[in-house]
Amino acid sequence: MIDVLYFAWVRERIGLPREQVETQARTVAELVEELKARDPRYAAAFADVSALRAAVDQDLVDDFSASIEGAREVAFFPPMTGG
Amino acid sequence: MDGGERIAGAGRVVVQEAPFEPADMLRDFARGRGDVGAVVSFTGLVRDADSGPLVTMQIEHYPGMTERAIGRMVEEAMRRWQLADCLVIHRYGEMRKGDVIMMVATAARHRADAFAAAEFLMDYLKSRAPFWKKELTEDGAEWVAAREADEEALRRW
Repeated sequence: MIDVLYFAWVRERIGLPREQVETQARTVAELVEELKARDPRYAAAFADVSALRAAVDQDLVDDFSASIEGAREVAFFPPMTGG
Repeated sequence: MDGGERIAGAGRVVVQEAPFEPADMLRDFARGRGDVGAVVSFTGLVRDADSGPLVTMQIEHYPGMTERAIGRMVEEAMRRWQLADCLVIHRYGEMRKGDVIMMVATAARHRADAFAAAEFLMDYLKSRAPFWKKELTEDGAEWVAAREADEEALRRW
């Protein structure tokens, strides 16, 4: 089981801020494919992954080929707008 | 003000919902130090949306990752420049026009280090700290899009 968190419009499109997911995925990209297959809401949220960023155990990943093996939490969100 | 995580060496990061007074923070930050000849500060305020007058701004963040990501930026700044101290305060939650969103302050022996470190921290906070702004105007609510210029700004570091 892995905690999957969603922020900003990703959270709004999926309709929840976090959930526990049973997954066989080894990478962020594989997790995205599993989620997209679940439900049209996920397919809509993940339609354009170039508009998304991800963090594995609270570290931003450079791209979605990043490993999630052994990770406790994975988060998906749009590019950040701090400051 | 209570709270804020002390970072190895020096530096402090505070992520809070409550408003704060930048002048008070700056006075405490600069007080009673013989090793500091320069303090630079930046204060970020809520302004009108590009599309029109703002009703409110909502800032969402990723608790845990926010403190961790900013803490790393502060550590990096302390490594790269000769700084005596560093402070980052960033708010989340609902804000109105003119409200203070965040501030950065850096203290150094000489001003060049203080200016450079403050700019570095601002550039990284813009696009690497997990905050997301949503603007509510008369026309509805919209998430603020990241700007290409902000991403571009990171390349100089």
